[in-house]
Amino acid sequence: MSNLSVDHLLGIKYLIKSDIDLIFKTADNFKKIINQPIKKVPSLRDITIANLFFENSTRTKLSFELAEKRLSADVINFASASSSVTKGETLLDTVNNILAMKVDIVVMRHPNPGASVFLSRNIDAKIVNAGDGTHEHPTQALLDAYSIREKHGEVAGKKIVIIGDILHSRVALSNIYCLQKLGAEVKVCGPSSLMPKHLDALGVTHFSDLKEALEWCDVANVLRIQLERQDVNYFPSLREYAMVYGVNKDVLDGLEKEITIMHPGPINRGVELSSDVADSKHAIILDQVENGVAIRMAVLYLLAGKIKN
Amino acid sequence: MIGERQILNQKDIQITIERLCQQLIEHHGDFNNTVIVGVQPRGTFLSYRIIAKLKQLLNTNNLESGSLDISFYRDDLRRRDEPIVPEVMDMNLSLEGKNVVLIDDVLFTGRSIRSAIDALMAFGRPKSVELLTLIDRRFSRDLPIQPNYVGRTIDAIDSERVIVEWKEVNGKDRILMVKSD
Repeated sequence: MSNLSVDHLLGIKYLIKSDIDLIFKTADNFKKIINQPIKKVPSLRDITIANLFFENSTRTKLSFELAEKRLSADVINFASASSSVTKGETLLDTVNNILAMKVDIVVMRHPNPGASVFLSRNIDAKIVNAGDGTHEHPTQALLDAYSIREKHGEVAGKKIVIIGDILHSRVALSNIYCLQKLGAEVKVCGPSSLMPKHLDALGVTHFSDLKEALEWCDVANVLRIQLERQDVNYFPSLREYAMVYGVNKDVLDGLEKEITIMHPGPINRGVELSSDVADSKHAIILDQVENGVAIRMAVLYLLAGKIKN
Repeated sequence: MIGERQILNQKDIQITIERLCQQLIEHHGDFNNTVIVGVQPRGTFLSYRIIAKLKQLLNTNNLESGSLDISFYRDDLRRRDEPIVPEVMDMNLSLEGKNVVLIDDVLFTGRSIRSAIDALMAFGRPKSVELLTLIDRRFSRDLPIQPNYVGRTIDAIDSERVIVEWKEVNGKDRILMVKSD
């Protein structure tokens, strides 16, 4: 397979395994390119990309922007805080106005789940979902799986536990889809109040004990507690959460084997992850960031190939 | 009607490669400041042969070489039905100040070589770049690009295709001209 089965990257749910393999194979080449003395290729020099961020983001936005610039695309940025959205403009009007400027690809982050699917049905441009509410964050899942593949040789057969706020996490949902499609075994760990009701439907089981989860896994993907999405108190205090579910050096030293620690960032140091673990050789957090650029270059390159002159 | 004609057989290819190597030695001496770069995918088969022959003729193992993937530097990404799937880039070297011999099997429109020159510049500023091709389809160029070393020059029209077969992939070395209409 040398072409994606989809026209947009809306979520991992819509991809087939060969799509993920193609993205990884293409990313391998881009990873070499971003380590060359000159890190830029002219592939997308006739493509214009709009980054629409209706929600705050630092690393995803920077990573997409760098990926776009390394591919020589023309880039326009939009942040809702400083835009006419605050004057009452609808999503469709905002995007159609931007498309009138001849934009080929839209990278969008939005607080509402399904916003990118809605956009893909209503406008004529390729859509890349950069996170839609608590739904999906496909490029994060791709770069996480790619980082596991890089560290462990392959993803199939690996045991991966996702720890933390699964209920509010689009990273968790996309990771579960992606890792399962690649043949890994995925489980989750965290307080029951932060587990979604549909876990069984996803084929995922739940550990309530952190030690047990870490003993089981090869890789632990530790998620941030998303206080901004929690409208009620799901656990007594951050301090208590850190005591029960915080991954620290003492917990890791007590394990019989070495495991790989991942975190999509931003880290709340001392809450879900202690500083000594975040900065240790077990953590591949900065590799994840580097791979993020290569993965996003691959996704944009493959989607751009579907735009005909 | 479809017809095919053999342009070079195994023996011809062997003699041609030997001659090209002698010409390279004439210009580059002991190759101490020269790098050989094969264009992926098809040019690398020829560059491996040339490197092996040069090592034998010069009695050395120290020849700097690389394989260049040009996928991301091409100008036809959006003109194809399927995206160009990249090949392996093996360029673990700097081209800064080096004489580069770029190797491809067939020179046709010159667009691949244009992309290859663009891709080369990502690895430093070479002192010079020369082009070696096994087959030069003259009169078919879209861009002003000419080879420095040529195995065989042929005249072919657009409906004719030149097919280079290598022992490693196809079982034997030969070059065919295939005509279809």
